[in-house]
Amino acid sequence: MPDKPLSFQGLILKLHDYWSRQGCVILQPHDIEVGAGTLHPATVLRALGPKPWRAAYVQPSRRPADGRYGENPNRLQHYYQYQVILKPNPPDQQDLYLGSLEAIGLDLRLHDIRFVEDDWENPTVGAWGLGWEVWCDGMEISQYTYFQQVGGLDVNPVAGELTYGLERLAMYLQGVNHFADLAFNDPDGPAPMTYGDVFLENERQQSEANFHLYDVETLKRQFDDMERTVPQLLAGRGPQGQATVLPAYDHVLKASHLFNLMDARGAIAVAERQSYIGRIRDLTKMCAEAWMANEGGNG
Amino acid sequence: MPQLLLELFSEEIPARMQAQAAKDLERLAREKLAAEGFLPEALKTFAGPRRLTLVAEGLPLAQPDRHEERKGPRLGAPDQAIDGFLRSTGLTREQLVEKDGVYFAHIDRPGRPTPEMVAEIVDAIVRGFPWPKSMTWGSGTLRWVRPLHRILCVFNREVVPFAVDGIDSADLTEGHRFMGARQSFKARDFDEYQDGLARHFVVLDAEERKERIMDAARTLAFARGFELVEDEGLLDEVVGLAEWPTPILGDMDPAFLDLPPEVIRTSMRVHQRYFAVRDARTGFLVPHFITVANVEAPDGGKAIAAGNERVLSARLNDARFFWDQDKTVALTDQLARLTGVTFHAKLGTMADRAARIEALAEQIAPFVRDDTQTKTWAKVAAALCKADLVSAMVGEFPELQGVMGGYYAEAQGYDPEVADALRHHYKPQGPHDDVPVQAVAATVALADKLDMLVSFFAIDEKPTGSRDPYALRRAALGVIRILLQSRTRLPLKAFVPDDLLAFFADRLKVLLREQGQRHDLVDAVFALGDDDIVRIVSRVNALDEFLQTEDGANLLAGYKRAVNILKAEEKKGPLPSGEPVEMAAAPPEEAGLVIALGHAEIEIGRALAKEDFATAMRELAALRPAVDAFFDKVLVNSEVAAERENRLRLLAKVRDAMGRVADFGQVTG
Repeated sequence: MPDKPLSFQGLILKLHDYWSRQGCVILQPHDIEVGAGTLHPATVLRALGPKPWRAAYVQPSRRPADGRYGENPNRLQHYYQYQVILKPNPPDQQDLYLGSLEAIGLDLRLHDIRFVEDDWENPTVGAWGLGWEVWCDGMEISQYTYFQQVGGLDVNPVAGELTYGLERLAMYLQGVNHFADLAFNDPDGPAPMTYGDVFLENERQQSEANFHLYDVETLKRQFDDMERTVPQLLAGRGPQGQATVLPAYDHVLKASHLFNLMDARGAIAVAERQSYIGRIRDLTKMCAEAWMANEGGNG
Repeated sequence: MPQLLLELFSEEIPARMQAQAAKDLERLAREKLAAEGFLPEALKTFAGPRRLTLVAEGLPLAQPDRHEERKGPRLGAPDQAIDGFLRSTGLTREQLVEKDGVYFAHIDRPGRPTPEMVAEIVDAIVRGFPWPKSMTWGSGTLRWVRPLHRILCVFNREVVPFAVDGIDSADLTEGHRFMGARQSFKARDFDEYQDGLARHFVVLDAEERKERIMDAARTLAFARGFELVEDEGLLDEVVGLAEWPTPILGDMDPAFLDLPPEVIRTSMRVHQRYFAVRDARTGFLVPHFITVANVEAPDGGKAIAAGNERVLSARLNDARFFWDQDKTVALTDQLARLTGVTFHAKLGTMADRAARIEALAEQIAPFVRDDTQTKTWAKVAAALCKADLVSAMVGEFPELQGVMGGYYAEAQGYDPEVADALRHHYKPQGPHDDVPVQAVAATVALADKLDMLVSFFAIDEKPTGSRDPYALRRAALGVIRILLQSRTRLPLKAFVPDDLLAFFADRLKVLLREQGQRHDLVDAVFALGDDDIVRIVSRVNALDEFLQTEDGANLLAGYKRAVNILKAEEKKGPLPSGEPVEMAAAPPEEAGLVIALGHAEIEIGRALAKEDFATAMRELAALRPAVDAFFDKVLVNSEVAAERENRLRLLAKVRDAMGRVADFGQVTG
């Protein structure tokens, strides 16, 4: 490790710089709440179809049920994932990934990096892939997946996906035990800020809303609205005759987030759960198929 | 003779798949080589995190020439049939040979060079490899467990040239990912290969990796005055996670030692793949752990230990949170939440199951130990035995079910017998697991398993072939082992339907057979229709001892002779009924047998009533001289009808007297 560990934003900048040099498009976060960086259309949709694609971006991820009012050192209802997608996955993707660890200051001879089997699956988007969780000295620092299916369609060529849990990785690099103690910017700079300075209040307020404030009936109604909107938008045609998939998919994301909010409110019975997940999966599948048709894929 | 070396080099292979992959590679290679006429003198395979390797010794340079004679159509068969035969054999009509009015084709196939065959065989193995899960990558179509990068294939020190889906074979491989030169190197035979790997920090052989781990881990613990907690399952996994396994000892905050040791060990094992360390004298865990790293770091593993220590602290903090939270929830309150947990769609919720177990335990308790205390405790324990399933800790670590229930019961002031029963009621979990001995625990364990068996048999979910998704065989074996260990005389028929009783009989047979007991003896005892496992087993044991004596073996011969005569006579007409009598003119051997039988009958009856099977067998043995003498001197088929009938009655009585002890007709010896 270098003498001074990277700040939280320093970590992001290093990753941007590194993946930019690997030919990635550096994107900004998608402007809709998502539960994981994978759900950004730059991954879920771009993974499908024959066209090559390389992108990297930070995505705020919202998991309403994981909120702990900022008191649990490792759990947040709003946190950041760093997401890389490489399609087709290059033969040296593992080396590229390890290069990124060196770029953020990990000396690979001093640490114990391991690829431990972890097959990724996301039933709400009908997606799965094979890969690993990557361990550094016993801590999971990344998820590494070769996508095999998205939206129930084969991913061909195969897209490689890398997900870094940024808070956890930064805590490791900085040697702190609570996310709030992370140096967000340069701790020796003119206006040092911790992660807590920036986000602790957000955790407190959002946790309260997630667990107690949202009106369940309203959430249910909004979910139904989103569910209706998706096919309606998919039926539309753009100026070149293409299906209007992108706006439709945005509404799948909204429906998915509303489901997560209902879940955090404890409003979803065990028996209902599968049915909601199935509804979101069906919507994703419709979008995936329309996307493939637009892209000229043969999925 | 030349050697073949093959290495399939890929990205990290899941640890749990490696051992089977090595076996599959060996099996496929042997099959495919044999199909081409190759029988290697030796063939060995290896599996590790990034490679599958095969070395075969003693292959010839070329496939042996082969001659095949194939039978064709009859002479004078339609041209169509003959043309078809010619096409399939590649011969002309002149080359066919006639024999007994039939055409034969003699096909000579010169053996092809071995490398040609190897190329085809490897291609077929790679494309058809039975990975439990496989994937494609990049733009290719080949499937492998993770992306396949290199194929090293050399025969007789030469590269066997071929390509599989764009991967060219070569004589190159790579060493450790992080240590050494980090460059590919050449290997033309197995010695060069193994040496090269060792130089590049890779231990090829999984057994060697295991030894390396165990030696170093034991030494690390010993150096601190402690002892490694050995864990075979964990060793099997970590051996597949490192090419250069390097155990490192780390420290744990001693404050965590107030957590139950099972929680610490499970958290270490499941989440982190660490070995635990204990004090050899007290057996208590000490605040250290051993992780098996994949690298020997220049700082001696300091940074690795420090990183792992922090991760373990976070894990144990989570565990402590669950522990503190669960302890405060009354088990009876947890019980109420079981109504929300489905056991099986057709068998209701976990709450339903707990209620069934409670009812069963109450009925079973008097058979295990007949006192009110046992019954009361068993009822309480049975009702609570599934309550920990909804605790936070068991949610996190399902393998701690039962164990946690025991701790929560203790913390909430239940009697130690009740807590023990919660803790041990899943036992025995396998043929080598121990059996609950204490009466309350044994009762609940029996009720738990009998409910599983009766319930799943009722909805016709019986094990078939290799399919036993609910582990019912294990449950039945568990019941048998508990009954035997606690000498519980449970009349199974009162608790299970006939098909399940037969299932128990099968399981008992398997168990006794594994213990070296002859299965025909088990059949001989089962034929009596008993349902008391304890009695059945002592009868089988007595029978076995009896038949090993000379008297026993001879008496068995006498029995068979008697039964054969009776069978032959039965074909002529119904056998005479009634008791044999002492006839006035009977030869002394006939009279002697009548008296001996009369005596034996009484003694056998007494012994059986006391379940003293050894004595019953001895009484049977005492019959032997009388039976032998009878067969020696007396002709059963007397011309005098009354004599013949009396002697048949006598034989029937021998058969029946012996039949009370076992069905000797089932004994094959």
